[in-house]
Amino acid sequence: MIAGFGAIVARDLRLALRQGSDSLMVVTFFVLTVVLFPFGVGPEAGILERISAGVLWVTALLASMLSLDRLFQTDYEDGSLDLMTRGPAPLGVLVLGKVTAHWLTTGLPLLLAAPVLAVLLNMNAAGFGVLVLAFLIGTPTLSLIGAVGAALVLGARRGGVLLSLLVLPLYIPVLVFGVSAVDAAVMDLPVRAQLLILGGFLFAAAALCPWATAAALRQAVE
Amino acid sequence: MTDQAFDDAAEFAGRGLACIRGERIVFADLDFSLAPGEAILLLGPNGSGKSSLLRVMAGLLRPAAGALTWGGAPVAEDPEAHGGRSRYIGHHDAIKPVLTVRENVGFWSSLWSGDGSTATVQRALAAFGIAHLLDVPGRWLSAGQKRRVNLSRLLAAPAPLWLLDEPTTALDRATVAVVEGLIAEHRARGGMVVLSTHTDVALPGAKVLQMDDFTVPMDWAGLDAAEEALS
Repeated sequence: MIAGFGAIVARDLRLALRQGSDSLMVVTFFVLTVVLFPFGVGPEAGILERISAGVLWVTALLASMLSLDRLFQTDYEDGSLDLMTRGPAPLGVLVLGKVTAHWLTTGLPLLLAAPVLAVLLNMNAAGFGVLVLAFLIGTPTLSLIGAVGAALVLGARRGGVLLSLLVLPLYIPVLVFGVSAVDAAVMDLPVRAQLLILGGFLFAAAALCPWATAAALRQAVE
Repeated sequence: MTDQAFDDAAEFAGRGLACIRGERIVFADLDFSLAPGEAILLLGPNGSGKSSLLRVMAGLLRPAAGALTWGGAPVAEDPEAHGGRSRYIGHHDAIKPVLTVRENVGFWSSLWSGDGSTATVQRALAAFGIAHLLDVPGRWLSAGQKRRVNLSRLLAAPAPLWLLDEPTTALDRATVAVVEGLIAEHRARGGMVVLSTHTDVALPGAKVLQMDDFTVPMDWAGLDAAEEALS
């Protein structure tokens, strides 16, 4: 079971490395969109500082969604998914492996880019540590929830649009507590509660989402 | 790849199987049984349900009625165990264009049997005469080579039951003979094979399942009459 998990993570990372474009596209989208905000709302440091946490989180949500529709699509088209759903490795474990690889190639680069962009938005330096921590706990949840959506829209035409309609509402709790944690840190308030709730979301998603994704994938290959 | 007999082989059977695709009954009331060492050849025109039956046998498609058993125990109770003891080769080759042949085959071999070593992959490829393609990326393979790489997974992760959906598509005559030889070897070790085909594949002593014997003719006249009565 552990071997199956390792094998699929290694394979997906290798695929991402050879194809290359996905991670770069996600990070570029993240950086470009954040950079647009100073142009849109004006260069007043006070306003940018006030909205920085929200801007970073919202753009991270959108960026992490960009690559979701490809999570299962190529495996679905070339028949690999048929073989994966049959076992003997439990499909839920394979899904968890694919989500892990997806997070490593898209969530992790976002996490690394976030503090740099925070400087650009003039965020108070007191918030940087918590921003990274909140991203570290929050972005895997986004990948897990996104996987359910990606599995549900398999085979649908214009799946990408449908996917965002399905997934974005489910991202709201992570957004609320992620932003709240960073805002609290900037104002020098305790952030423990928000981070614990984000952690709770992550564990709930890790328990439920692979199972729901597996069910949706079984339906898709039928 | 070992030459030992399969000790986990047991009678694989289906009773009263039916399959519905869309709103059409593809086949109904289909029984089969397959003992270790035996083979079933699925014959029938396009759309007669050969692929659907193989997908039902593979556990990819739930039968609308009936059940599969393995050594008397229902397959539906433990589908993952069934995945471990059977290999399914479908219409798609499941080969990633950016991975080399070694990585493509090695991944499935390690997923299915926990092996995945280069030596195993190399032996499997050699059986199909494509050992020289080991480090070639999938995108450079021809259709026939892809099919051979796909089939080599059967040997890289041995399992007693092979479910082959038109395995000889895109293969030249010489390779079809290789496949026939490997199937005979597999059966000699107690393995089982279900194979659908349009071309000639020699399976000595195989049971033949004519799929059109199980198709249910659609009662269009009756349907029209029923619709008229309703409107």
